Amino acid sequence: MSAASRTSASFGNPKLRASDLQVGASREQVVVENLSRTQIVMYAGASGDLNPIHYDEPFAQAAGYPSVFAHGMLTMGLTGRLLTDWLGDGVLRSFGVRFVRQVWPGDTLTAKGTVTAIEPDGRVTIELVTTNQRGEPVVTGDAVAQLPV
Amino acid sequence: MAEFEFEFPVDRTAILNFAAALGETNPIYWDERYAQSTPLGGVIAPPTFAVACALWNPWHGLRGVRQIPAPPPATTGSPESAAPRERRSEGGGGTARLLHGEQRFEYHQPLRAEMHLTVTIRPGRTWEKEGKRGGRLRFSETITELRDERGELVVTATSVGIITEKAVEQ
Repeated sequence: MSAASRTSASFGNPKLRASDLQVGASREQVVVENLSRTQIVMYAGASGDLNPIHYDEPFAQAAGYPSVFAHGMLTMGLTGRLLTDWLGDGVLRSFGVRFVRQVWPGDTLTAKGTVTAIEPDGRVTIELVTTNQRGEPVVTGDAVAQLPV
Repeated sequence: MAEFEFEFPVDRTAILNFAAALGETNPIYWDERYAQSTPLGGVIAPPTFAVACALWNPWHGLRGVRQIPAPPPATTGSPESAAPRERRSEGGGGTARLLHGEQRFEYHQPLRAEMHLTVTIRPGRTWEKEGKRGGRLRFSETITELRDERGELVVTATSVGIITEKAVEQ
């Protein structure tokens, strides 16, 4: 890979510039509607996390849960779609979440990002919250993206 | 758990499956011609894809009926010898009380299709606290580093696992 392409790759494929954003700007997006058990099973296979609590209903009920529930990482991955759809591909420098509530089959999730800081070098900090159809947060977190100035 | 290491060859099918499971429609994850037309120059993986290294982790505890890659014969100090048998086989009592509390990724360069990564997993901090919904909680941090063929970092992932006394109250 040439030095030039490496330099451009360091900015990924941004959809906007840091100067297009301001502190307080936000975006929200429905990232899954009526979450299906099929999608949970697809995620189990694709991620390698085959904990039966996520797809084996008798196992989940024996453990004291009303039904299976989604992998936290599925919810984080869905939340990541807000970031990449908004900011672009390969622009994230960090992405962290706390899993605060379980996500069940049938849930509809809305991810929201709010700009909390913009550095002169184009680094943008986003505060994240993803909520279910009852408005309850399921994950909260933050991300930093490197955008062109 | 001691520190351990394994290879993670990243192929386009693995990225396609992972992106599909997220309901993605973004062509950067599967359309090579489109991806080559962008400054990234090729297919990359979604931001949380690093966790799929579990598929190549011979000691991964949540593998269903998967027999490959088989864990090496147990040796003193290996992660295998430290894990209770039921945690390694399908299901088992251990997994029902295991929750994922936090996850963080630091990105050092794009994670690209056809990278041949080396994964290092090591334990981080551990602590306990009294929880409101799940009884006494044990927290443990796991740090996963993915490096490229030149040994340069691609992604650092930090996960916090929680072992609860009972099912978390809804």
